[in-house]
Amino acid sequence: MAAGGRGWFRALALGVSFLKCLLIPAYYSTDFEVHRNWLAITHNLPLSQWYYEATSEWTLDYPPFFAWFEYVLSHIAKYFDPQMLVVENLNYTSRATVFFQRLSVIFTDTLFIYAVHECCRCINGKRAAKDILEKPTFILAVLLLWNFGLLIVDHIHFQYNGFLFGLMLLSVARLCQKRYLEGALLFAVLLHFKHIYVYVAPAYGIYLLRSYCFTANNADGSLKWRSFSFLHVTLLALIVCLVSALSLGPFLVLGQLPQVISRLFPFKRGLCHAYWAPNFWALYNAMDKALTILGLKCNFLDGTKIPKASMTGGLVQEFQHTVLPSVTPLATLICTFIAILPSVFCLWFKPQGPRGFLQCLVLCALSSFMFGWHVHEKAILLAILPLSLLSIQRAKDAGIYLILATTGHFSLFPLLFTAPELPIKILLMLLFTVYSFSSLKSLFRREKPLLNWLETIYLIQLVPLEIFCEIIFPLTPWKQHFPFVPLLLTSVYCALGITYAWLKLYISVLTERTPVRQKAE
Amino acid sequence: LPLPLVQSPSPALPDAKFINPDWVALHTSRGYESQPHKLFMRTTVFVADLLVYIPAVILYCFSLKETSAKKKVSSALCILLYPGLILIDHGHFQYPLSLGLALWAVLCLSHDWDLLGSVAFCLALNYKQMELYHSLPFFCYLLGKCFKKGLKGKGLVLLAKLAGTVLVSFAACWLPFGTDVEQIMQVLRRLFPIDRGLFEDKVANIWCSLSVLIKIKNVISPRTQLKLSFAVTFLSLLPACIKLTVQPSLRGFKFALVSCALSFFLFSFQVHEKSILLVSVPVCLIINEIPFMATWFLLVSTFSLLPLLLKDELLLPYAVTTPAFLAVCLASFSILEKTSAEDLQLKAFSLSLKGYVSWVKSFPRIVRSLFLLSVALMGALSVLSVAAPPPQRLPDLFPLAVAVVSCLHFLLFLLYFNVVMLWDSKSRGQKKIS
Repeated sequence: MAAGGRGWFRALALGVSFLKCLLIPAYYSTDFEVHRNWLAITHNLPLSQWYYEATSEWTLDYPPFFAWFEYVLSHIAKYFDPQMLVVENLNYTSRATVFFQRLSVIFTDTLFIYAVHECCRCINGKRAAKDILEKPTFILAVLLLWNFGLLIVDHIHFQYNGFLFGLMLLSVARLCQKRYLEGALLFAVLLHFKHIYVYVAPAYGIYLLRSYCFTANNADGSLKWRSFSFLHVTLLALIVCLVSALSLGPFLVLGQLPQVISRLFPFKRGLCHAYWAPNFWALYNAMDKALTILGLKCNFLDGTKIPKASMTGGLVQEFQHTVLPSVTPLATLICTFIAILPSVFCLWFKPQGPRGFLQCLVLCALSSFMFGWHVHEKAILLAILPLSLLSIQRAKDAGIYLILATTGHFSLFPLLFTAPELPIKILLMLLFTVYSFSSLKSLFRREKPLLNWLETIYLIQLVPLEIFCEIIFPLTPWKQHFPFVPLLLTSVYCALGITYAWLKLYISVLTERTPVRQKAE
Repeated sequence: LPLPLVQSPSPALPDAKFINPDWVALHTSRGYESQPHKLFMRTTVFVADLLVYIPAVILYCFSLKETSAKKKVSSALCILLYPGLILIDHGHFQYPLSLGLALWAVLCLSHDWDLLGSVAFCLALNYKQMELYHSLPFFCYLLGKCFKKGLKGKGLVLLAKLAGTVLVSFAACWLPFGTDVEQIMQVLRRLFPIDRGLFEDKVANIWCSLSVLIKIKNVISPRTQLKLSFAVTFLSLLPACIKLTVQPSLRGFKFALVSCALSFFLFSFQVHEKSILLVSVPVCLIINEIPFMATWFLLVSTFSLLPLLLKDELLLPYAVTTPAFLAVCLASFSILEKTSAEDLQLKAFSLSLKGYVSWVKSFPRIVRSLFLLSVALMGALSVLSVAAPPPQRLPDLFPLAVAVVSCLHFLLFLLYFNVVMLWDSKSRGQKKIS
C-alpha cells in the first residue's frame, strides 16, 4: 500500500491509534477511578503524604516513579478539568476526565510503538520475503501493536500497561543490540514504575551477570571465570543503586520505607483474585472444591465443619482450603523459586545469547504467573508479549505462542462483562486470533504443522465455552444460585491451556541442543 | 412503507420475545431504551449490513473490469470505510437495506440481468421512497437499452418484460395493504409530505442556502414553491437523462445516478440531510474511475452531516473515521498525484474549450491547492462548530455555515459530473456498453 520502507509500520501504528481513539467512550473499570485518585493525591498532597493518604479505598500501591508520572500528568489534567484533581471527588467521571485519561494512555503508548520499532529492527526473521505481508518483522509488528490483550486491558479496562511494556521491550531490544548498560538502566527504571516486573528480574540479573560481567566464554561455551570484569559489575551496581536512590531515596529519608513496602506488597489479600487467574492455584482450588463435593457425597467429610463462604464467592479475603492443605504466601514463594530455577540454570550454563535470555524471561514470567500469590489475570501479558518476539523465529515457539496467546487472551474476557463490549471483544479477539494463526502458519509453512490435533481441539473448544458462558448460562435458572460458574469454568479451562504451554516451553528449552558456534542473533 | 413493516417484526419476534418480552410490547415500548435493547437493535443493523450491503460492495468491486486485484481490494476497502454511511447506519441508526438493494440492482444491471435488477430496485423503492432519486436513471437507462435493441423487435419484448416485472413487484409489496384506494392515498400522503414546506432545519440544499439572502418561504406561496422546486429539479436532470436514453452505457448510467440524485438533493423539497447518502453511494461506485473527485465529494458529504452527527454525539467517531478515510484513500489511490485534466476525465471537455482557455498547463496544481484549501476549511469549521460558542445574534451560525459551504461544493460537483457525463465521447461510450 504505502510506498516501501517503513511506510507500513507508520500505517500500522496510525491504524491502531485510530482504533484506540474510537474506544474512548467504552466501558472503564474501577482502575479508572484508581488513576484519577492518584492524580488527585500527587497533585494536592506533599510527598510525605502520598503513601499515607487513604480517603479513597484505592490507595497508592505502585512504586514512586509511577507516582511521579501521575504528578506530571496531573499538571496537564488541570487544563482539562480541575475538578478531577480534588481528592474528595470520589468516582468523578466528567466527560473531560474520561477524555483526558484515555488520551493519556493513547499518548504514552508512543513509547510502546517506539519499542516495537526497535524490536523489529534487531530481530531478524528466518528469511527475507518479497511481499511485505510475509516479512517476519511485519508479523511481529502486528502481533505486538495490535495485541488484543493489551488493547482491551489498556484502552477499555483502563490501565497504563502500554508504556511499561514499551520500557520492557526497549530494554530487551537494547540487550539484543548488546547495549547492556542501557538495557539494565531501562529495566531498573521499569521496576520502579511497576513492581510486578520483579517476576522477570531473575532473568535480567543472571543474563547480565553471565554475558556482561563475564566478558568471554571458553571455546566449548562454558564460563571463563577469569574474564570477570569488576568494571562492569560496578557499573551495573551503580546504575541500580542510582535508580533506587532516585526512587526510594526521599522516602528513606522520611523514614517511610516500611509503609511504602506494605503498600506495595499487600499480603493481606487472598491466594486468588476475585476472579481466579488461570494459574496452578486455580486448578488447586478447583481440585479442592471437587474433592469437597465428592467427600460430602461419600460422607467422608462432616458438612458442619466446612466454612460456608466459599472462595468462589468472589470476595478478596483469606480463606482456608477444605481438603487439600492451605497455601501460605511463603509456600507460593518457594514454589515460584523452584519453578524458576531450571530456566535460570539453563541461562547460566547454556547461554545462547539474546534468544536464551528471552526464553528465560518468558519462563520466569510464566512460572511466577503459575505459582505467585494473588496473581492478576492481566499478568499473562507479561509472558505473551515477549513470547511474540520468539514466535517469529522458530516454529516450535510459534506453536506454543498460539496456545498461550489464545488461552491467555480468552482468560481476559471476564474483565469486560458489559453487554455493549461483547461484540467488540469477540470481534477483536477473532481478528487477532485469525491473523496470528494464518500469519504464523504461512511463515512456517515449510515445516510440520504448528499445532497437533489435541491442541487444535482444545483451542476450538473455547468457542462453545464462550457461547455457554455469555449466552446460554445467563438464560438458565442456575444463574441465581451459582453465579460464579462461568468464571470458574473459564478460569479452570484456561489454566489447563496455560499450564500445558508452560510445560511445553520448559521442555523445549531444557532439551534444546546448544549450537556448536555461538550465533549472534 | 410496505417493506420495512414486513421486515421488522419477522427477525425480531422469535428472538425478542424470548430474550425480553418488554421489547415488543407495542404501546409500552415507545421510547424504550435499555442497554441490552440498544445492543440488540444495533446488532440487527450490523447483521443487515453484513447480509445485504457489504456483499454487494465486495461483489461490485471484484467484478470491475480493467482493474488490478490490488486496486479492487483498495476500492472495496475505501467504499466500506466511507464514514458517512457508517456513522448514519451504526451511529444515528438506520438500516442500510434500501441502499444495499439499490446497489444489488446496479450490480445486476452491470451483468445485463435487467429483470433481476429491476426487481431489486423495486424492492429498494418500496423499502424507502427516497430511492425515487435513483429511479430516473434506472428508467432512462433501461429505456435507452430497449430503444437500442430496436422498438420493433427485441426492444419491445424487453420493454414489456420490464414493465411486467415492475408491476408484479409493486403489487406484491402493496398487496397486504389491500386495494382500498383511501388507504393507499393515506400511505402516499405520509410518504410525500407536501404540506411540510420547502425545507426544514439546516440542510445543504440550494433553498436553505438561498434563504440566507432572501427568505423564500415568505416571498413565494407554498404551491409556487412546490412548482418552482419541481421545475428546477426537472430542468437540471434533463441533460443527463436525455444523454442516457440516447446513449445507454454503464459508465453513463453510474454518472447519471450521481448527477440525478445530486440534482434532487439540491433542488427538491423537504430534503433531509441523510439523503446525501443517496448521492454518496453511487459516487463510491465510480471511485476507481475518478478517485480524486470521488474522495473529495465523499469528504464533503460527510462534512455536510456534521450538524446531525453533533446532535447524536457522534463527534469522536466522525473525528476519527474521516481522517482515517482520507488517509486510506491517499494511500490506495495516491489521489494527490492524479489531478490532471485527463485523470479527472475532463480531456474531452478541455479539448472543446481549447480555443478559449490557456490555464490548462497549471490545472493540476490549481486543483490540488483547491482541494487542500477545501479540506482545511472543512476542518476549521468542524473544530469551530465544536469548540467555539456561536455569537448571541446568530445561534445557528455554524450549522448554517456548514450547510452553505457544502451546498457551494455540491453545486460545483453537480456541474462537474454533468460535464463529464455529457462530454463522454461517443467512441468511449460504444466500447463500454454493457
